[in-house]
Amino acid sequence: MRHTLAVLVENNPGVLARVAGLFSRRGFNIDSLAVGRTENPDVSRMTIVVEGDARVLEQVTKQLHKLVDVIKINDITADEYVDRELVLIKVNVGPAQRGEVMQIADVFRARIVDLGRKTLTLECTGNDGKINAFEESLRPYGIKELVRTGKIAMLRGFKYTGYHDNGTKEDN
Amino acid sequence: MKKTGAEILVQSLLAEGVDTIFGYPGGMVLPIYDALYDADLRHILTRHEQGAAHAADGYARASGKPGVCLATSGPGATNLVTGIANAYMDSIPMVAITGQVVTSLLGKDSFQEADITGITLPITKHNYLVKDVQDLAQTLREAFYIARTGRPGPVLIDIPRDVSGGTADYADPGPARLPGYSVNTKPDPEQVARAVRAIEESERPVIYAGGGVINGGAHEELLRLAEILLAPVATTLMGLGGFPGNHPLSVGMLGMHGSKYANYAVSECDLLIGVGVRFDDRVTSKLEAFAPGATIIHIDIDPAEIGKNVGVDIPVVGDVRNSLQKIIECLQPRLESRWRDKIQNWKKEYPIEFVENGRLKPQEVIKEMYNVTRGEVRVVTDVGQHQMWAAHYYTYHRPRTFITSGGLGTMGFGFPAALGVQVACPDETVLCITGDGSFQMNSQELATVVHYNLPVKIGIINNGYLGMVRQWQELFYNRRYSYVEITGPDFVKLAESYGAVGIRVSKKSEVREAMEEAMRVPGPVVIDFPIEREENVLPFVPPGEPINKMLG
Ligand SMILES: Cc1ncc(C[n+]2csc(CCOP(=O)(O)OP(=O)(O)O)c2C)c(N)n1
Ligand SMILES: [Mg+2]
Repeated sequence: MRHTLAVLVENNPGVLARVAGLFSRRGFNIDSLAVGRTENPDVSRMTIVVEGDARVLEQVTKQLHKLVDVIKINDITADEYVDRELVLIKVNVGPAQRGEVMQIADVFRARIVDLGRKTLTLECTGNDGKINAFEESLRPYGIKELVRTGKIAMLRGFKYTGYHDNGTKEDN
Repeated sequence: MKKTGAEILVQSLLAEGVDTIFGYPGGMVLPIYDALYDADLRHILTRHEQGAAHAADGYARASGKPGVCLATSGPGATNLVTGIANAYMDSIPMVAITGQVVTSLLGKDSFQEADITGITLPITKHNYLVKDVQDLAQTLREAFYIARTGRPGPVLIDIPRDVSGGTADYADPGPARLPGYSVNTKPDPEQVARAVRAIEESERPVIYAGGGVINGGAHEELLRLAEILLAPVATTLMGLGGFPGNHPLSVGMLGMHGSKYANYAVSECDLLIGVGVRFDDRVTSKLEAFAPGATIIHIDIDPAEIGKNVGVDIPVVGDVRNSLQKIIECLQPRLESRWRDKIQNWKKEYPIEFVENGRLKPQEVIKEMYNVTRGEVRVVTDVGQHQMWAAHYYTYHRPRTFITSGGLGTMGFGFPAALGVQVACPDETVLCITGDGSFQMNSQELATVVHYNLPVKIGIINNGYLGMVRQWQELFYNRRYSYVEITGPDFVKLAESYGAVGIRVSKKSEVREAMEEAMRVPGPVVIDFPIEREENVLPFVPPGEPINKMLG
């Protein structure tokens, strides 16, 4: 099963290498990993999508916890959460097919971010399913280049994966 | 007050209670060595950085305090790597300090630059590259805190030369500030209650005790638990000394080179209480057949060890000493146990034994070492057959008296580690039991022990082979002895050329006298024991077999 982990880490150089190294060393499979800063400049947040059964997940979580730079880990898979991913896709379309592609973009609420003589670059955000569907719809036109950010996620409502500086590591 | 980075380093080491460091100088640690010149710190100059790392490790294993080693950048730092990995695998508190090229040259493949924080990422509990001298004091405080708390381990601090040579205002940094690091020492009362219930319901309990008992100072509690339950105690290689080896409830070591009775006990128990262990493959062998009918309680400070290798029924996460105390409080002593009686019978029926044939046998040598030293010295071993004989034929009564490379199995560890043990225990006898192969990996440290008059006694169990590998080739590769025959120097002359005493013993009748002579000599002594060349370590679980299917 796929799990989505929200991981708060100290904003230290090398923290990404530590996390990535841990996954490869122990043979855990990362589906995607997105990292960026948070409301607190000393803290970054990683959204890690990992594949594995309950036992694997338990090991992933515990081993991540052992990294001194990891402050907090939240497996939000079972919770209500909003997740988003952004994709940029460059397709091979000349003027003749532009209209068609723009219609597809409309359906997915995607935006055109660049227009070349023979290409069109689109931007789309959404969850996994939407991004996959968008990609599939454009495939027939010939995808020249595609890049995805990896998923980021946040709990809905009052719940949050925040960091309180009380000197302890939390685990929800 | 303004201080240089190097002075801050020395000050911080003193503040952490460090009295000795093991090191080797070079260009990128010049400022540090300048500060050491008149510092109130003992520095032991080894002959190889690997020696310094193992010495720091040995010092830590003997004393329980973090060992400290120091090396220059590049090759100096990479020479520490084996020693750091060794400490990591056995959860030994250690702080390794390396010099680094100046910050402006970092990442440019500069002269003697090695990315040592990158290299040691998977073999340290944590590591640091200090880029600003202002951070140095705080970093050192954190490093020592991390190294010695929770599940101990090595921490490396890489210090560029302009950081050790820079200046900053120094003030004590106060406690470590580590939001991402916490140690849970108190076990969950509910898990303790579950463990107690399972223990009360058990008829055939076995305690499986490891290095965590020694690291956690839980040997007294372990003894109490065993005596309350009348339960046999099987220790891992790392756990030897954590339970008195001559106690009637001791069944010695379990696993691949365990005793038959320990392995039988584990195979037939209905409750296995793992204390400070990690269900290593050298212990469990075929996992599915390990303690097949048993409920498993696993007590450990590291939550990640729970369920890593085997499914555990009752995890108790916390300091092992604290956890055992909590469990013991709730137990009633057992007055009799048929299970114990059964094991006593196994002990009589399947003793660990060897055949005498007039030639010098390694087992006899080690037994005689025990007789002469009455089991009261610190034994430090290398890796190979002699290590297993030292585990079988010498009896360990107290924690920290058997020091060995367990997890990494590092040949070359023994002698430099013994050097570190001797530094930590100046008033005790330190006996290094090594092999002819292993000793040759770090014999250069003879110069160090002679220089500092560290009176380590080195017994070389000399079979002219990389014996453990030869044994596998004999048993599983049709005696095709491929590159396992190993020559060496005349070890007596080697010792003498360094200024140590050398003795050779080739008859059983001479072993005692030679050992007594070695103990009388005030300085380091090398005793060469040319032994029966093709002796095997038995009993032995062939790889992949259940632990009760033993050869020998
Ligand atoms: C650094 C290192 N290299 C290789 C090995 C593999 N190995 C394990 S035991 C052994 C033989 C050790 O020979 P010796 O020290 O003479 O001990 P003996 O087994 O003969 O008692 C070897 C080569 C190892 N454990 N460590
Ligand atoms: Mg040998």
